[in-house]
Amino acid sequence: MNDQPIARILTKALVPLILLFGLYVQVHGEASAGGGFQAGVILGAAVILYGLVFGLDAAKRAVPLGLLYPASGIGVLIYGGVGIASQLLGRDYLDYGVLAGDFVAGQKLGITLVEAGVGLTVASVMIIVFLEFAGRRDAA
Amino acid sequence: MNLVLDIALLALMGIVAIAIIRLRDLVAVTMLASLYSLLAATMFVILDAADVAFTEAAVGAGISTVLMLAALNLTGFTEKVPLRSAFVPGLIVIATGLVLGYGVMDLPRYGDPSAPIHLHVAPKYLQDTGPEIGIPNVVTAVLASYRGYDTLGETTVIFTAGLGVTLLLSGRRRRKDTRATPEPSS
Repeated sequence: MNDQPIARILTKALVPLILLFGLYVQVHGEASAGGGFQAGVILGAAVILYGLVFGLDAAKRAVPLGLLYPASGIGVLIYGGVGIASQLLGRDYLDYGVLAGDFVAGQKLGITLVEAGVGLTVASVMIIVFLEFAGRRDAA
Repeated sequence: MNLVLDIALLALMGIVAIAIIRLRDLVAVTMLASLYSLLAATMFVILDAADVAFTEAAVGAGISTVLMLAALNLTGFTEKVPLRSAFVPGLIVIATGLVLGYGVMDLPRYGDPSAPIHLHVAPKYLQDTGPEIGIPNVVTAVLASYRGYDTLGETTVIFTAGLGVTLLLSGRRRRKDTRATPEPSS
């Protein structure tokens, strides 16, 4: 899409805003609508839009597949790790109450960590699936 | 006001659905499916389900549209015209629709406070989220804490989906490469 200045300029203006909104939804999910899944999808959509307009290679330079593959697994590991951490501290699996000084603070910390894991996995899987699908055209 | 919006949105969704059935141009069908998702997202906003609306707009209208277009790029842009008539399948669909409509009549009215769903665990979540979790968004509290196991499972499913797509789509390319390389030498 190199010959489409309107799409290129609009994308350049939009992608940072979408990324910022995704981060807002991620960290503000416990107070307003949204959460890890929604944030991950929004962040993924920003990169997908960038890849659509500027090409797959530009998207891969911005977010290399070599980073995305481990990131998709690390998100699940963060989630499971929070569960094991609460187990090691003497409560049930994924019982966040013991993670911080008092029960409510522990719950907040646990939810924040777990949502970060969800966001990481969802965002990287969305981008991976897009890059794999769109990259097939070169191979076929 | 909401009633007018409801009727307008449902009518538009119906029109889009019929257009999707009638069209054979799959690019147009994909764009209409995206429009349908956007209308559904608007519907969820009216129903005060902002979290669901978010997801529907981003996944249904955004990412899945892009993925469908990428898939069409690999397969083809027009749908084959079916040879057999759609009379019997149409009859089955209408009969199923009537049965489902009959079933819906037994459901409690939308927003009825005495509906079973509002009397089971929902009051506990609404009352306890403040003192126990300390965050205002009850949906997040249910998803990440009270039902944390389910969300862990869902995250694993998404990870597995990404893994499956990677194995399916990038694996064959590599095999094709290895099959192509020995040929010049032999």
